[in-house]
Amino acid sequence: MYHGTAHTVGAHIDTDAIIPARFLVTTDPDELGANCMEGLEAGWIKKVKKGDIMVAGENFGCGSSREHAPVALLGAGIPVVIAHSYARIFYRNGFNMGLVLLEIGDDVSKIHDGDELKVDADTGVIQNVTTGTTIQCKPVPPFMQGILDKGGLIPYVQDRLAERA
Amino acid sequence: MPATLAEKILQQHSDEQITGPGQIVRCRLSLVLANDITAPLAIKSFEKMGAAAVFDKDKIAIVADHFTPNKDIASAEQVKVCREFAKKMGITHYFEGGNVGVEHALLPELGLVGPGDVIIGADSHTCTYGGLGAFATGMGSTDIAAGMALGETWFKVPPTIQVILTGTLRQWVGAKDLMLALIGTIGVSGALYKALEFTGDLATALSVEGRMTMSNMAIEAGGKVGLFPADAKTLAYAAAHGRTGDVALAADPKAVYERTVTINADGMEPQIACPHLPDNVKPVSAVAGLPIDQAVIGSCTNGRIEDLREAAAILKGKKVADSVRCIVLPATPNIWRQALAEGLIETFMAANCIVGPATCGPCLGGHMGILAGGERAIATTNRNFKGRMGSLESEVYLSGPAAAAAAAIAGEIIDPAKV
Ligand code: SF4
Repeated sequence: MYHGTAHTVGAHIDTDAIIPARFLVTTDPDELGANCMEGLEAGWIKKVKKGDIMVAGENFGCGSSREHAPVALLGAGIPVVIAHSYARIFYRNGFNMGLVLLEIGDDVSKIHDGDELKVDADTGVIQNVTTGTTIQCKPVPPFMQGILDKGGLIPYVQDRLAERA
Repeated sequence: MPATLAEKILQQHSDEQITGPGQIVRCRLSLVLANDITAPLAIKSFEKMGAAAVFDKDKIAIVADHFTPNKDIASAEQVKVCREFAKKMGITHYFEGGNVGVEHALLPELGLVGPGDVIIGADSHTCTYGGLGAFATGMGSTDIAAGMALGETWFKVPPTIQVILTGTLRQWVGAKDLMLALIGTIGVSGALYKALEFTGDLATALSVEGRMTMSNMAIEAGGKVGLFPADAKTLAYAAAHGRTGDVALAADPKAVYERTVTINADGMEPQIACPHLPDNVKPVSAVAGLPIDQAVIGSCTNGRIEDLREAAAILKGKKVADSVRCIVLPATPNIWRQALAEGLIETFMAANCIVGPATCGPCLGGHMGILAGGERAIATTNRNFKGRMGSLESEVYLSGPAAAAAAAIAGEIIDPAKV
């Protein structure tokens, strides 16, 4: 269960907005996190508390396939993104890095900047505490949940390999 | 449940029951691909995973095609990492020297990809193999590393846009023009997250090579895959390239499509994608007269033998304009040899073309044909993003081989019917 404040951003947010190329000189999550969304708005990250939730429009994470983008969000303390929809490679990279990604289509309009949200990734239920509404998205399939539970694709593969050995 | 081509292929590689778009399923992989740019990163992730061996040394392909022959020390170091990894893992399909070609032309030619396969590659144009009826798509480095270690990956089952190809192609208009017309119609994010499935009389009439040209650019419409059914032509191609056991593959008659788009070739002129996006597509007559400095004929989109034949037919007995560098890069060593045997290389040389090795080269602004500021190129490649072939102030116009060859002769963009 995740519990945090919603931070809304618009549609077609590209990976350059999430983490501009000039910050790609490192792969350190904390350093990347400190510059998260710097390509959208200078100092954006200052309004975020650890555990807060990103809420985005259509096609979140489009553009370059850099794996640094989901790492920056995680490094910024954002464990969950809720979006209308995702760009394909970002979606994969996000899951692989252990970021929870929920896709809710037009229901995204039911969440406003600053709303208090509770997210149950297992059941796919998003509770908007501020407005008293509930949004049901497709639960993350057990297989994907397994990757998240392990902390991302690298530890997941480590475990799978150990099982096979 | 009636299945689309994408659903059908994924189902054959998964133990889970596929119920429709949006579902995430785990699939067994037929082949995992990386190149000299992406393999080093994937190898790093692979090592972090603690994998001692690849899942199957015969089902990994590493193709050092982007900067080879290595253009500088950094690219040589990258290729060294690939080579050492391939050697350590005993990878069968490693290509670097006289055997190397542009990956997406090379693998089909060697029979390493074929109908019904599920393939992931750390290269966005991995979707090319959809022309053979393979579910093939590009991914990030860590996904590729996991694929190399486990021999499986997860996919979100995509909704499918059905593309009906119809009408008759006039002379000098081909598969590339059809695909540019489609991208111009649906836009660069028109197939985001989705599968394209090609059908119709004209899809059947296209050669397997032409189909690969179209599937190659599915990603330029944002697509995950661009699939053609595997028909008698596909099976003949696969068999001719040393494969056995392939079977025909088609969508179920009542398969559910998100939408249907029709591209009619009747009266279609050669299509040109203008700077700086592949969906900025215009008929050649709308851009005729624009002077060019360079023409590039090659790449994973249009560097196959059919493309070279088409370009040679235009160039035969003519000369490239003095103001133009016309660079011809046959996409694989086999294509090179065939072009030599058929006299095409002689035609290109007699026309004052520069004939180079099988490499990606200028397509990604790597080497062997970089543009200066203010220069304009026409290219049979697939991307015309700002700075793709060199200077941020240069321009790339995308076309089929006939239009590129015609422009090289005229020194300006021109309808190939007019040279
Ligand atoms: S030819 Fe161009 S598009 Fe094709 S793989 Fe090489 S760089 Fe990529």
